[in-house]
Amino acid sequence: MLLQIAEPGNKTQSRSPRLAVGIDLGTTHSLVATVRGGRVVVLDDVEGRPLLPSVVRYQADGRVEVGHAARLWQNEDPENTIVSVKRYMGRALGDLPEGSRIPYRFADAPGMVQFETRAGRVSPVQVSAEILKVLKKRAAEFLQADLAGAVITVPAYFDDSQRQATKDAAKLAGLDVLRLLNEPTAAAVAYGLDRGAEGVYAVYDLGGGTFDVSILKLNRGVFEVLATHGDSHLGGDDFDQAVYGWLLAQTGITLPSPGDRLRLLSAARTAKERLSFTEETTIEVELAGGSRVQCLVTRETFETLTRDLVWRTLSPVRKALRDAGLSIRDVQGVVLVGGATRMPCIRRAVAEFFQKPPLTDHDPDQVVAIGAALQANLLAGNRSDEDWLLLDVIPLSLGIETLGGLAEKIIPRNSTIPVARAQEFTTWKDGQTAMSIHVVQGERELAGECRSLARFELRGIPPMVAGAPRIRVTFQVDADGLLSVSARETISGIEARIEVKPSYGLSEGEIARMIRDSYENAQADLEARRLNEQRVEGMRLLEATESALAEDQRLLDKEELRAITAGMESLRQVLEGSDWEAIRRAIDALNAASLEFAARRMDSSIRSALSGQKVETLRI
Amino acid sequence: MALPTTRNYFELFQLPQCFALDSGKLDRHYLELQTRVHPDKAAHLSDAEKRLYLHWATLTNEAYRTLKRPLDRARYLLQLHGVDTREEDNTAMPAEFLLEQIEWREELQQAITLRSQQILDRLALRIRKETKRLLETLGTLLDVERRPLAAADVVRQLAFLEKLQRDIDQAQAAWED
Repeated sequence: MLLQIAEPGNKTQSRSPRLAVGIDLGTTHSLVATVRGGRVVVLDDVEGRPLLPSVVRYQADGRVEVGHAARLWQNEDPENTIVSVKRYMGRALGDLPEGSRIPYRFADAPGMVQFETRAGRVSPVQVSAEILKVLKKRAAEFLQADLAGAVITVPAYFDDSQRQATKDAAKLAGLDVLRLLNEPTAAAVAYGLDRGAEGVYAVYDLGGGTFDVSILKLNRGVFEVLATHGDSHLGGDDFDQAVYGWLLAQTGITLPSPGDRLRLLSAARTAKERLSFTEETTIEVELAGGSRVQCLVTRETFETLTRDLVWRTLSPVRKALRDAGLSIRDVQGVVLVGGATRMPCIRRAVAEFFQKPPLTDHDPDQVVAIGAALQANLLAGNRSDEDWLLLDVIPLSLGIETLGGLAEKIIPRNSTIPVARAQEFTTWKDGQTAMSIHVVQGERELAGECRSLARFELRGIPPMVAGAPRIRVTFQVDADGLLSVSARETISGIEARIEVKPSYGLSEGEIARMIRDSYENAQADLEARRLNEQRVEGMRLLEATESALAEDQRLLDKEELRAITAGMESLRQVLEGSDWEAIRRAIDALNAASLEFAARRMDSSIRSALSGQKVETLRI
Repeated sequence: MALPTTRNYFELFQLPQCFALDSGKLDRHYLELQTRVHPDKAAHLSDAEKRLYLHWATLTNEAYRTLKRPLDRARYLLQLHGVDTREEDNTAMPAEFLLEQIEWREELQQAITLRSQQILDRLALRIRKETKRLLETLGTLLDVERRPLAAADVVRQLAFLEKLQRDIDQAQAAWED
């Protein structure tokens, strides 16, 4: 069945596979996996540990520690040791729930908070980039080669600013992002390909700081997300908090120091983890002043403390099912993802809700990275006999603020992406030449209660009587779930076209500057890296163009063919040299020359896709 | 370069341009097109090609969504016939239909006030039946009798029912949460 999907001709190509990785950038830990020799490998560090704690410490001398080493300092140096940075991605100070601000000192930069560390201010994007750099290095050492790109996973319920921040972090780490992939979808890929599953599946993903649920239909190599829901402020960390709160009440400790707070919190976490395997455990903590805390906790107590949290996860599950238009009976299987799903109370609640035991054959900590690696391999262009397609959705509605502060939905949640919608606006005053548009994301009726993504001014509207101009604003959400907005005045013929990136995104210039700053001997490294990047890109383009010509040369007339082959020749020549800018110009020129060719190939491919179907039907 | 936005949705999926629809064929053709044009198929290609795939995949999704939903399909067919359904400003409805609407709205209100699942279920059933009847009428008007203006009237009525159905779903959702 799956063979039908693969394009003819591609399988005959022989070339070395492009190396791509899947990265699960998690709240509590992160990991990287890749496909080698047709198998997925989760990559370990030198000590054989696959999980990298998502902890980054800024030292006095400016050096940065990441992972296990940084985590050791969590209690001693809490202000400079950032844990659970994922909770702060794309978030302003006002967005942070109570309790998530301790122990850090924050600076409220526009759009996103920043941490005040002894090494200066750092943004969550920079902190995340440090984690990604370590994983990138781990992958490069294992593969002994440069990476063609990476798939980075994000919670399905991440909004636009959180996604944009994640993508910026990857760019900052020097990773070419092939795709941002929703974590539950990644898990579904790992399970679906493994078991050859068909039918409707639910993915219940309780991570360290986020909860997601996705309902997917698996059908002949197509993974179609029907609906997704979640809570971006609910995760395993909250279970630790519940035990911590109880611990304070039991021991009579009030207002612990930041260090003691973390000691008690990590003891609470250890107790939580133990209680998944035993009925009771003793919490023992030595506080900064030398005093000791000792406390027995039973699984029964733990489950009473966390009953509300477990219950809170079921509401998004119900909503996702409702949005998918399905009932529990329609669900073939439930996949558990995230370390927190090891808790027996979660497994029980899920089994009771869906009336069937959940699937746990993959390690819940690794399944997302495994799915991401499989997808990365596919996206890098390493086609094999097995090919599949992911159709994902946007988790939260996109809209604009209208008069009276209401949010008018333009793209409803659970729309299949990529998706675009256009909306026409007009002026309300004679001669008005500008108007402002406020883009929001969320389900609330008031724009002020939704997440503000971007405010922008449309200028240069030709002066006309009120109501005459027609400004067509197009909202485009791409396959990463990222929004871009463009606008055009349609009556006057004036093309006042703008591109708007949501306010939390870093501009290309800012990213370039941050990358520059992060290189010690900037210039030489940067030049070498640019040259390498352009060479890889140039060779990739030549290869792709060659195979396109081999397949579809008939679509071109002589003149067009000549232009493309001339472009290829020029590119080949500059590839020999070491002038990266010349290579880039040649790449742009060849791209421009083959644009029409690409469009025609697409047309032809679409026609043959459907006529292929007819042949198929006839054969039967 | 010709952007795909001008494409006729029916032609795109190689389906006859009419209201009656082979839903299975639409599903199959949709998935086959997406396996060709989805941006995931272009992740290793040039930026220009990525944009091309993005345009096509976006169009394919929009076309599928439009043809899949009967009311949107009817609106689209009418648009192709040059008929504007004018749902924002044309509220002329048969008096009978309007009276029924008022009655049903009152029933919904009653169901909500009394929290009566029974009343809500009964109302939902009636709306489903009425929707089905109107969709059949719509099919006849569009495909057989070819009376687009009369069809536009039915589209406006169906839009009322769809709104009512949404409000019923919302009431149901509020109870369940």
